Amino acid sequence: MAKYLLLKHYRGAPAAVNDVPMDQWTQAEISAHVQYMQDFADRLEGTGEFVDGQALAPEGTWVRYDGEGRPPVTDGPFAETKDLIAGWMVIDVDSHERAVELAGELSAAPGAGGKPIHEWLEVRPFLTAPPTITE
Amino acid sequence: MTSQVTSELNEALLRSLTPSVLGILVRRGADFAAAEDAVQEALIEAVRVWPAGPPRDAKGWLVTVAWRKFLDATRADAARRRREDLVDEEPAPGPAPGADDTLQLYFLCAHPSLTPSSAVALTLRAVGGLTTRQIAQAYLVPEATMAQRISRAKRTVSDVRFDRPGDVATVLRVLYLVFNEGYSGDVDLAAEAIRLTRQLAAAIDHPEVAGLLALMLLHHARRAARTAPDGGLVPLAEQDRARWDTGLIAEGVRILQAALARDRLGEFQAQAAVAALHADAPTAEETDWVQIVEWYDELTRLTDNPVVRLNRAVAVGEADGPRAGLAALAALDDSLPRYTAVAAHLHERDGDLATAARLYTEAAHKAPNLAERDHLTRQAARLNTHRSR
Repeated sequence: MAKYLLLKHYRGAPAAVNDVPMDQWTQAEISAHVQYMQDFADRLEGTGEFVDGQALAPEGTWVRYDGEGRPPVTDGPFAETKDLIAGWMVIDVDSHERAVELAGELSAAPGAGGKPIHEWLEVRPFLTAPPTITE
Repeated sequence: MTSQVTSELNEALLRSLTPSVLGILVRRGADFAAAEDAVQEALIEAVRVWPAGPPRDAKGWLVTVAWRKFLDATRADAARRRREDLVDEEPAPGPAPGADDTLQLYFLCAHPSLTPSSAVALTLRAVGGLTTRQIAQAYLVPEATMAQRISRAKRTVSDVRFDRPGDVATVLRVLYLVFNEGYSGDVDLAAEAIRLTRQLAAAIDHPEVAGLLALMLLHHARRAARTAPDGGLVPLAEQDRARWDTGLIAEGVRILQAALARDRLGEFQAQAAVAALHADAPTAEETDWVQIVEWYDELTRLTDNPVVRLNRAVAVGEADGPRAGLAALAALDDSLPRYTAVAAHLHERDGDLATAARLYTEAAHKAPNLAERDHLTRQAARLNTHRSR
């Protein structure tokens, strides 16, 4: 009973095995990929392990406080930012092993040539509520 | 009596009747999954109907309505054929004299074929009478996900015979998880775990059930003192002991003493004994650490759990001094959760503040929850600012 974030990167992760950008796939390959992702989420809901999944636009804005009574300062996007998050899935599973197993399955989503992308996904545990009994 | 008080009483009554009503349906030949759904529907109808006209015999009312819901559902579709097939295949279970329905339900919902999270969810629904929505909120998952988890759990145990005795230890592990690893939502999971453990203790005479109940009560007694006004964790040694609930402590100690007198020691009784020794100390300084170390020795014999050895090292550090604690710690695997936090604490007590500060920072980095991380960061900051002045 622990929540994990499966994090997918546009940039910043090591290169995937089948590292062909999506804009060079065929229509059928794109459809197969989208279908795989949907089926994966549906299957996790069926196993009672799905919490949330979202995709993010690649371009964001940097924002910071600029002092009392002033509007926030905005900047960017910065092309040189190393790490760029593409999206995530949150799962609620019984063990870290199960989280790794599911991330492995998600990384097998088909890409160019209908072959698995083998992309690197980052598995991050949520910080939980503190246990009552510690001593 | 205000209507809100009435409805809370009704809900408490309803939820306490849930397991016996469900047990009756299963004994009449309903399969567990369908019976459980029918009882949930009956509970929902009771919440709707009772405020206007509460029945004289609440349990009888629930059994009647749940049984009607069950028959309606089985007649409604192909489920009827499945049920008839089932009835043809197996002889009706019939009443099993002496077997307690409530107890059987605990065994079923904690069946070893279930994963811990499934067993927890099924126990809270089928034994605790909580709705799927309440359970989903308590564990911060979508209702649809929790509904699937529960229905899969029901399928997993669908072939388990209802009249076979199970293992109390598996039930206790599930109740311990509900008590110890809950989030906070509308449902107070710690209180619910205590209610379910009390109900179990009424259904079976077993010293470890009593031990777990005592453990829960003794920890629950400290709840108000455990959290600072800003939400931060207050460690045991710094808690305002005047805020501990003396009624819960007295009850926990009484239950524990009766269990220990039976001379069938188990891990929950030993853990409760540690908690009772803390509860017994008027101030942190007066804690009987020597006896606590002895109980950790017992626990090590009973479970050989590395976390117990870590807690033992803390107790040795208090009983025999920080050097002895560090020596006990050195024998353990440093990848254990909270190992670094314990090392930081022992180095601080030993007067090595630079090492302690560095280890508190490292421990904060590894902390499995936000409250502990914040607490450990504060410890590091306290030592760092103190040293730089």
